[in-house]
Amino acid sequence: MLKEEDRIFKNLYNEHGSSLQESLKINDWLNTKELISKGRDWIINEVKLSELRGRGGAGFPTGIKWSFTPKTVGSRPHYLVINADESEPGTCKDRDILRFEPQKLIEGCLISAFAVNAHTCYIYIRGEYFNEGQRLQKAIDEAYEKKFIGKNACNTGWDLDIYIHYGAGAYICGEETALLESLEGNKGQPRLKPPFPALVGLYGCPTIVNNVETIAVIPTILRKGGKWFASLGRPKNTGTKIFCISGNVNNPCNVEEEMGIPLKVLIEKYAGGVIGGWKNLQAVIPGGSSMPLIPKDICETIKMDFDSLIAAKSGLGTAGIVVINKDQDIIKCMARIARFYKHESCGQCTPCREGSGWMWRILERAAKGDATKEDIDLLADVTKQIEGHTICAFGEGSAWPVQGLLRHFRKEIDKRCFSEPVIKKKRKIPYLVDQHLLESKDA
Amino acid sequence: MSIKKVHDEQPESFEFSKENLEAANNILKKYPPQNKKSAVMPLLYLAQKQNDNWIPLAALKYIGKFLSMPYINVYEIATFYTMYNLSPVGKYFVQVCTTSPCLLRGAGQIVKSCQNKISKNQNEISKNGNCSWTEVECLGACVNAPMIQVNKDYYEDLDIKSADKILDSFLDDKPIKPGSFRNRNNTAPVKNKNNGIRNA
Repeated sequence: MLKEEDRIFKNLYNEHGSSLQESLKINDWLNTKELISKGRDWIINEVKLSELRGRGGAGFPTGIKWSFTPKTVGSRPHYLVINADESEPGTCKDRDILRFEPQKLIEGCLISAFAVNAHTCYIYIRGEYFNEGQRLQKAIDEAYEKKFIGKNACNTGWDLDIYIHYGAGAYICGEETALLESLEGNKGQPRLKPPFPALVGLYGCPTIVNNVETIAVIPTILRKGGKWFASLGRPKNTGTKIFCISGNVNNPCNVEEEMGIPLKVLIEKYAGGVIGGWKNLQAVIPGGSSMPLIPKDICETIKMDFDSLIAAKSGLGTAGIVVINKDQDIIKCMARIARFYKHESCGQCTPCREGSGWMWRILERAAKGDATKEDIDLLADVTKQIEGHTICAFGEGSAWPVQGLLRHFRKEIDKRCFSEPVIKKKRKIPYLVDQHLLESKDA
Repeated sequence: MSIKKVHDEQPESFEFSKENLEAANNILKKYPPQNKKSAVMPLLYLAQKQNDNWIPLAALKYIGKFLSMPYINVYEIATFYTMYNLSPVGKYFVQVCTTSPCLLRGAGQIVKSCQNKISKNQNEISKNGNCSWTEVECLGACVNAPMIQVNKDYYEDLDIKSADKILDSFLDDKPIKPGSFRNRNNTAPVKNKNNGIRNA
């Protein structure tokens, strides 16, 4: 359990007010100059020591990402880009940071920009968060006025300009290279990696892209020390995290807790329990809709951190917990998620563009009980053919939830979809696919 | 990718108003001078704001010239992103989130009340001419589900009663205050005696 003094986001619910004056009271901008004067290497080292992993979903160690940028600025300027394009179903943590903790984000921008040699920082906010963007703009203006950012920010001799850029309703722009494409004025279609953005990013210049929550915790980590942050949670899964608990619970809420807190504690203590009691729990999606669901028996004991969830064949993702109780039709629910991915696929890679539609249509049929047994096998096959065959991780994101459903709820699907196909095939026809994916003998 | 219908009746020409031209020039300052193209998204928003919340094709041409980029590139962007409306919407544009977290908490009912109150189909203007509605994907307020967005504001923690009340207020052209309709403080957990949660 998180102690009160270890809490980073003290104003998550706007109890203290979010203006600059009030932020100063909760120790934002306390000794920024001192922190920056300790130098670039000290900052990156301290972040490495804290074992902070990116909060945007992939969980890549932040300190290591920063150390990929060139040490000196060559002919091309460096950029820092903040990813506030929060669109993962089940996740709404960044919104609260933008609304109520903007100064933490802005201070984090200054320190991070210094650490990666950037003088310009773009914050890419999803277009729907217009009001949140306006609040952040106001906070940025206040910080300019106080000379915390701008020319000679905080008297450190470092110049930093922060600009807000609004997205326009494309989920895929949360992927870092799609975000950069969008920022350059193109369609948000991901780029091939490598080269990674740390070397060739925005306008072909070295760029670091980080999630809002990652950047917003940086000032506190440096103030209290990387060791303090690493002491929370367990090795490789350190620190605190904002969990968003939504779905069939009595009191859906956002809450900051230590990494590795048991899922059951989060649901029972903060969210007021599952509607209809714990025994009415069917499944939980632990990390935003792209992560495979976990059934009730795993929920009993699972701890919410990156590695425990990977061991349970799921993932922490963005820590958007969606609780599904037994009153819901799990197949319908997953069909809706498949529809989301069909709608949001950028259309660049064929397996994802076409496959996401296939998965949606088969699941819709399965929910009605119109699907045949072979359809369900086909569905499993389609997910395997999308996964790993696309430019970005959207392919995995759309295939994993369906795989999770098939892994844990195959019995329910088979109970509903038992009809034989109208035309029976005499033998299986081997597809032209990667042979290692095929498990059947005659392939 | 969304399927978008370009409106049948298009105005002949489009030009930024004087104040929007100034705003557009200010937007250009955010980006390096050799990368003017970056401003295409904010400029499309500006055009949409100026033209009653939808973008005519003439505006796409105008913005293309303004940023010295091909018309087709601007068209591509306007059709790729869902928030650019290429045909007219109501003065109050209701967007109902129906992705899973909202659906689990009854977004289906809100869609029904939109069908009853505003129009039978999505993207149709209501009889009195000031509302239209559409289903959208996750709006990022999942712990306040179900929710709707009307123009720029979020109406959260709805049920069928409050949704009806809100829709009525828009149809009567007297919008009510946005926010949570469950009497709670933003995204805080509800306080009770046993769980010892701090003031929320």
